Amino acid sequence: MAELRTEEMVLNMGPQHPSTHGVLRVELVVDGEVVVDAIPHIGYLHRCFEKHAEVMSYQQIVPYCDRMDYLGSMNNDHAYVLGVEKLLNIQVPQRVEYIRVIMAEFQRIASHLVSIGTYGLDIGAFTPFLFCFRDREMILDLFEMTCGARLLYNYMWPGGLSHDLPPGFVEKARAFIKHFRPAIKELNELLSYNEIFVKRTANVGVLPADIAINYGASGPTLRGSGVKWDLRKCEPYSVYDKFDWDIVVGTGEMGTLGDCWDRYMVKVWEIEQSLRIIEQALDTLPEGDVQAAIPKRVRPPVGEVYVRSESPRGELAYYIVSDGSQKPYRVKGRAPSFSNLSLLPEISRGYLIADMIAIIGSVDITLGDVDR
Amino acid sequence: MNANEIYDRIKNRFPDGVLEFKADAVVDPFVVVRPELIRDIAAFVSSDPDLKFDFLMSLSGMDFNDGNLGVVYHLSSIENRHRIVLKAKLPKADAQIPSVESVWKSANWHEREAFDLFGIVFQGHPDLRRILLPDDWEGHPLRKDYKAQEYYRGMKVPY
Amino acid sequence: MHNFITYYIGAGFWGSLVSSIIPLVFILPFALVAIWLELKISAHMQDRVGPMRTGKWHGWAQPLADVTKLIQKEDIIPAAADKALYILAPALVFVGAYAAYAAIPFSPAYIGSNINLGIFYIVAVSALVVIGILMAGWSSNNKWSLLGAMRTAAQLVSYEIPSSLAILAVVMVAGSLNLNDICAAQSGWFWNWFVFGKFPFLFITFIIYFIASLAETNRSPFDIPEAESELVAGYHTEYSGMRFAFFYLAEYANMFVVAAVAAVLFFGGWNSPFGTFLSGPVWGVFWLIGKGMVLVFIQIWLRWTLPRFRVDQLMYLSWKILTPFALVNIFAVGLWVVLRG
Repeated sequence: MAELRTEEMVLNMGPQHPSTHGVLRVELVVDGEVVVDAIPHIGYLHRCFEKHAEVMSYQQIVPYCDRMDYLGSMNNDHAYVLGVEKLLNIQVPQRVEYIRVIMAEFQRIASHLVSIGTYGLDIGAFTPFLFCFRDREMILDLFEMTCGARLLYNYMWPGGLSHDLPPGFVEKARAFIKHFRPAIKELNELLSYNEIFVKRTANVGVLPADIAINYGASGPTLRGSGVKWDLRKCEPYSVYDKFDWDIVVGTGEMGTLGDCWDRYMVKVWEIEQSLRIIEQALDTLPEGDVQAAIPKRVRPPVGEVYVRSESPRGELAYYIVSDGSQKPYRVKGRAPSFSNLSLLPEISRGYLIADMIAIIGSVDITLGDVDR
Repeated sequence: MNANEIYDRIKNRFPDGVLEFKADAVVDPFVVVRPELIRDIAAFVSSDPDLKFDFLMSLSGMDFNDGNLGVVYHLSSIENRHRIVLKAKLPKADAQIPSVESVWKSANWHEREAFDLFGIVFQGHPDLRRILLPDDWEGHPLRKDYKAQEYYRGMKVPY
Repeated sequence: MHNFITYYIGAGFWGSLVSSIIPLVFILPFALVAIWLELKISAHMQDRVGPMRTGKWHGWAQPLADVTKLIQKEDIIPAAADKALYILAPALVFVGAYAAYAAIPFSPAYIGSNINLGIFYIVAVSALVVIGILMAGWSSNNKWSLLGAMRTAAQLVSYEIPSSLAILAVVMVAGSLNLNDICAAQSGWFWNWFVFGKFPFLFITFIIYFIASLAETNRSPFDIPEAESELVAGYHTEYSGMRFAFFYLAEYANMFVVAAVAAVLFFGGWNSPFGTFLSGPVWGVFWLIGKGMVLVFIQIWLRWTLPRFRVDQLMYLSWKILTPFALVNIFAVGLWVVLRG
């Protein structure tokens, strides 16, 4: 049997494949069902963010940031406005910071819910997907109530916010948290600790910590490998240092440290941490004006800033270079999905095609983020 | 370690590799290094126990609009919790720089992106292809003197 | 009823035709009802309401609308497909499912063909489905379809073994391969059903059979041949319109076949659970279909709850868990039969 000659087959996965989470194309070299090599091809969703940014004023760029990672719009805006404010050297009122953190954490939960739900879908469990979307819908309702938009908000502006919180927001947010805590438990019973689900994801796509760091992985992908690294704690920005919460890391509980299950589970645990942050922020929300510091015309001094933030997918950073004019000289978006996706070949060799789906899903990419 | 100490350490190891250090820059201090030495410097800063820059956060292409292109390396150390910015300037006519892919794998795609959008050639890169744009696209859009092509496969480009 | 029909129309061509069309008259409405049930059950499991508009009352006409849509759709045959096989495949798959109905005893009075090898015939004829699926996957000239087809072949062949062994255990107890005889052997109250008899061995047999039957019908959690999130619907990716509807129909027809066989083998078939209360030829139809539907409901329930297995895990389950258990089980049942009669 050993001499049996087999031929490798090239299998084109995507760009229209239900489990590539967008227009990703992966060229799979397979031997039977075993993946010999996987070569991601990206760029199908390239919208020239960086080129656009060069011809717009600093404020006008915010809506474009929304569209980078369309599942984490608030986090994108947050990072960008932090960068511009750092460059301008302006201090924003505490209330603004608090509201931003609340929004960013809600967005993180919403984004993780999509990620968890679609991951269940990839593995073949349809029902958790809809449970997740039901809860995400409530978060979107909160966003809609605040700024009128459900996906792309343009809510955070350099120096402030477009609107203050509407009346009733805090109560509604608390009601959501009260409803949502048991929902996580339900999700865990239905999916996370499901025997088949664990079998499908544990010991699959194992990513050792050193390789993860070397590939520039961040966010749940890095933490799933057991690295205690979260920018909200390690390089605190905004008001994250005022809240009491923990960095969750993969434990290798079901299999090997850094497998798909760990990467998945980190997201579930992170949702709980985000709820903790939101609760504290709601409790201590200061009063004040949210538009006081918004400059009419933005002309940062000549200089550059590289601002890092923790988006749902990992380290989202903007490298903003100013030449002193009203338009930035260069804006580079350092997208977490971009680096996370680049390690796909590394962790998918030798697994089956079915595992490939599990691996892509667990790395949790948004193609808008990858291609910008 | 702060930027000054990091600079001293690199300067000690590569006396003629460092061209400029701007400690009072708005907002991040940066070190300008000689492009030919970038791979050696990268290998040094990533392995030196005091520096230990194990995390290449970002690698960006730049067009300085003075006849030079550039590559900006944003480095961070997960272990030592410090960061530094390295810059290398390359003449636009012959924009070549050694690849740091062998040091940080994350550079692989970032260098492809810089090649795609700026036309910077990374010597020794294992797979230097366009990444975001189509393979048969003409020109490198983020260069400041870029002019979009008239037609791409029969489709009008400037709108 | 078969006798009744042949008595009036004669045993010739027309008699056989009418007799064989009756299951078809059942399958088509059943498929529609099952599709509607699947839509509604899944919806309610997922905090939704499902179709509510088509046909006013809880969207009862949704499957009808779907079928109408499928009939109207353009029938696309890929340019590089193997045309003859491509056209033949859905028919073959449906024939495999449909032919099995011939031996299902719907009531003491009606069985398509009361042959002595009833259950054996059903197992044999169901294997046609494999050939149809292989043909579909191969002829589509699509790598994903081919992968799906290969998975199906491996899966169905593997799972036929535990399922046949499970059937064999029942046959040993009943002493007959004729499904009517097997039903008759379970008459009386529901504790005479085989699922409760020779406890726990036949109960284990039922579990083995049910799991294997899920795999044989390509239902979740064993739907890896289709696996829409991996193989993009597998062997029927390239099919459209009516030919796709045939695969769809065959799937639901198959679901009922395995449910009906399970009902006959383990739940008394057309017997009433309450002795002679509500029993008889007409009530027999009700009981068999009712029992079948309960099992179909469980199939739907499982589909919307469980994630999907991986190919190797599926094989592992079949060869290393179900087959050895089934073998031990047969031995135990045999011992019981020999020792206790």
